[in-house]
Amino acid sequence: MLLAAAAVSCNGDAPSVLDPQGESAQRIDGLWWLMLWISLAVLAVVAGLMAVAFLRGRREGLEVDASSSRWGEPFVVVAGVIVPVVILTGVFVVSVRDLNAITREGDDAELTIEVVGHMWWWEARYPGGAVTANEIHIPTGQTVRFEVTTVDVIHSFWVPQLAPKIDMVPGRTNVVDVRTGTPGTYRGQCAEYCGLQHANMALFVVAEPPGEFERWLENETAPAASPADQAGLDAFLRSSCVGCHTVRGTDASGTLGPDLTHVASRETLGAGTIENTRENLADWIANPQTVKPGAVMPPTEISAEELDLIVEYLQGLT
Amino acid sequence: MVSYAERLEAVWHEGTGLAGFVGTVDHKRIGLRYLYTGFVFFVIAGIEAGLLRMQLAAPDLEVLSPQAYNELFSMHGVTMMFLFATPVLSGFGNYFVPLMIGARDMAFPRLNAFGYWVFLAAGVFLNSAFLAGQAPDAGWFNYLPLANAEFTPSLAIDFYALSLIFLGVSTTAGAINFLVTILKLRAPGMTLNRIPIFVWGEVAFALTVVFALPALTVAAVLLELERKFGFHFYDIAGGGDPVLWQHLFWFFGHPEVYLIVLPALGLVSAIIPTFSRRPMIGYTYIVLAELAIFVISFGVWVHHMFAVGLPTIAMGFISAASFLVVVPSGTQIFAWLATMVSGRLVLSTAMWFVLGFLVLFVIGGLTGAMFSAVPFDQATTDSYFVVAHFHYVLVGGAVFPMFAGLYHWGPKMLGRRLDERLGKISFWLMFVGFNLTFFPMHVAGLLGQPRRTYTYHAGLGWELPNLLSTVGGAVFGIGILVTFVNWFRAKSRGAPAGDDPWGGETLEWATSSPPPEYNFETVPTIRSREPMWFQPELRGGAQSPEEGGRPLADGHATLSTTIGDAEPRAVVHMPHASPWPLFLTLAMTVAFTGVLFSSWGVAVVGAIASVAATMGWLWPRGETQET
Repeated sequence: MLLAAAAVSCNGDAPSVLDPQGESAQRIDGLWWLMLWISLAVLAVVAGLMAVAFLRGRREGLEVDASSSRWGEPFVVVAGVIVPVVILTGVFVVSVRDLNAITREGDDAELTIEVVGHMWWWEARYPGGAVTANEIHIPTGQTVRFEVTTVDVIHSFWVPQLAPKIDMVPGRTNVVDVRTGTPGTYRGQCAEYCGLQHANMALFVVAEPPGEFERWLENETAPAASPADQAGLDAFLRSSCVGCHTVRGTDASGTLGPDLTHVASRETLGAGTIENTRENLADWIANPQTVKPGAVMPPTEISAEELDLIVEYLQGLT
Repeated sequence: MVSYAERLEAVWHEGTGLAGFVGTVDHKRIGLRYLYTGFVFFVIAGIEAGLLRMQLAAPDLEVLSPQAYNELFSMHGVTMMFLFATPVLSGFGNYFVPLMIGARDMAFPRLNAFGYWVFLAAGVFLNSAFLAGQAPDAGWFNYLPLANAEFTPSLAIDFYALSLIFLGVSTTAGAINFLVTILKLRAPGMTLNRIPIFVWGEVAFALTVVFALPALTVAAVLLELERKFGFHFYDIAGGGDPVLWQHLFWFFGHPEVYLIVLPALGLVSAIIPTFSRRPMIGYTYIVLAELAIFVISFGVWVHHMFAVGLPTIAMGFISAASFLVVVPSGTQIFAWLATMVSGRLVLSTAMWFVLGFLVLFVIGGLTGAMFSAVPFDQATTDSYFVVAHFHYVLVGGAVFPMFAGLYHWGPKMLGRRLDERLGKISFWLMFVGFNLTFFPMHVAGLLGQPRRTYTYHAGLGWELPNLLSTVGGAVFGIGILVTFVNWFRAKSRGAPAGDDPWGGETLEWATSSPPPEYNFETVPTIRSREPMWFQPELRGGAQSPEEGGRPLADGHATLSTTIGDAEPRAVVHMPHASPWPLFLTLAMTVAFTGVLFSSWGVAVVGAIASVAATMGWLWPRGETQET
């Protein structure tokens, strides 16, 4: 069991709870190791007693030993009541200390990001007007507060390496604070079953040094750059895309789907379903239903030339 | 002079034809029906699990469509919890509670038959959703607003909600029957502190049902009002709150876990003394622990909601209660260990399953205690770590004891022995297969894999644990099949079991295997907590009148005693076989089907027919009411 736990904490690629990079996650990691060691000790005691029962050997026949046991009941009271109460009380106290530390951390939040759950993607809104989807950049070394809610069903915001998960519940705004000193891309995923494509609702939190973050935010806040080729923008504006998507700085102002103002700066499409390559983007626009069956976005019925122009345009939205 | 046995046989025999089949009120036949039907649902839900595991064996597979996956995991959960675990444990209870307390039947035999028929009807009703192509797909927990008419407009959720309301009738009837039976029909002398622990487990189970189930029924009724008539209980736009569903569901849902585990722990307590060859150490502590779990289980429901964003102080209280509820489970474990250590183990298959249970249940309990720590819960809830945890508790804590029960009591029920060698093969396959399936899920969860996801991408470190789980599932399934084969082999050509193959301590071993319809030739007088060990005159199930046995052979009757000291009070005349419980069930099925399709005419006809069937059931007929 211990080996498995150790393997978990060293697994480089996984969004592992035991590879904590945020302060809250580190507290949780500490709590885990405390509880694991206690659990192993308890398991060892139980296994030891079972071994004793084994080693006492068997007896032929079905004779019953009716003698009373002098140590039996006191043992049950001590091992089965007093010791558990003492241990569990201790763990309870530690866990409440951690809970308070985790929930109090954000009193001094330096940046607040609103995250809104949608079936099945994440909308992130920054102060200053930047809106993006599924990739949320944060500065390292600062306490970042996520205010989360949903427009449809319940989702849960979970980035295992950074913080505990928090549900996104209709009519409520919940809060989780993240503070990490380590730059990196941390994968997260919706953790509350939210319907057909719950499995394809990933997000990425990109932690970067404050300077880099500021440059990113400045770019994301700015409206879309004018395209080199006006034909692409025209094709986009003619298409059904604009009914649901916004590109700030143009007439496209739909709100059902993700903001596309800087879509080319994102690594994935469909909330982590596929990589954001030119080919995938074209496939996705032509028919998202083959990529992510049940996604809210319908197939786009346009000619290959129009599609090409639109893809070209979107690829320029860095 | 006709013997007592012949006179009892004449009065208690139900007939073997259709009338006997449809009308039986014999708790043993009903108990077996619960067992067989429950295990059929176990196989169905197991096949569903197998399909889920095939889909998850490797990244990005397309064995199942997303919709099929979501339906199958939802139905797997609902079926295992409601149509397998609870009914099978009720089946053991039905069969053995009257035998263990020296009664001739349950207190309300027709209600008992009714409970079975309703369970069967509700189970068929729910699974017919597959035929309609609209199987529930919002999980067994069925959170709102995903399950409302906007996001799930099909009948899927109506199948779910209505079948749970319907099934609740059965479970409640069963629970009340257990309580009255155990409190009022114990053999004389079976004072409260001589009641077998298995029977106490059924008491704790029944109390939990009586207090917890109404929350689920209310939640489901409100949901149907919202879905069918546009009420707003869970609708934020109309002033409702989706979190209300979570509170109601988990106020039921957490005790539900215990109402599965409590009778299973009782089963373990029935087996350990027999195969340790000594009376249980810490009887009083075990009984108090079971009852303490019943009480405390009502204070822990919010630990399913630690990620909902509730106030810290509320979570603190629930966290404390959740830590607390671990203690009585620990008490029982150490009492069992003390009994085993101070006795001499007999390593029968049943005992092997109990030993396996101990290991798995301790692991599941330890990870359960971890979830009481709020921050750890918030990190790992809704990940595969939880899936691992509750399978250790529910499969380790309930299914292994059930299989122990099959091997322990199979000879009593079948009259024939199961093969011990096949039994041990089955145990080891199940034990190894189970761990191979569910232990890696701890790892997958800690590696960040969320549950209820139909697929996952490569490169996240989740491939190996998922593959192991799928392989383990196959081994586990084969192990289960071996026991089924063993059971049916024993049924047709097992060696005769005799009355008491294990040298058991409780009363069911006094009578023949299988027991006659009237259970015991004489209702015995009890003078010990382990009557079969310390009252040799009980053997044969016919304690003589000089020793305190009461034949009650003049009618269709059993004995009623006082609640505390089990002093004889009255002779209770028991009803005979009757088809009316089945008729009432059929009428109710019509009513529920009408509601399902919003065919209100059909629903009203069903409701009127239900009233009529109830009247038919209760109509005074001189010949059946022997008082």
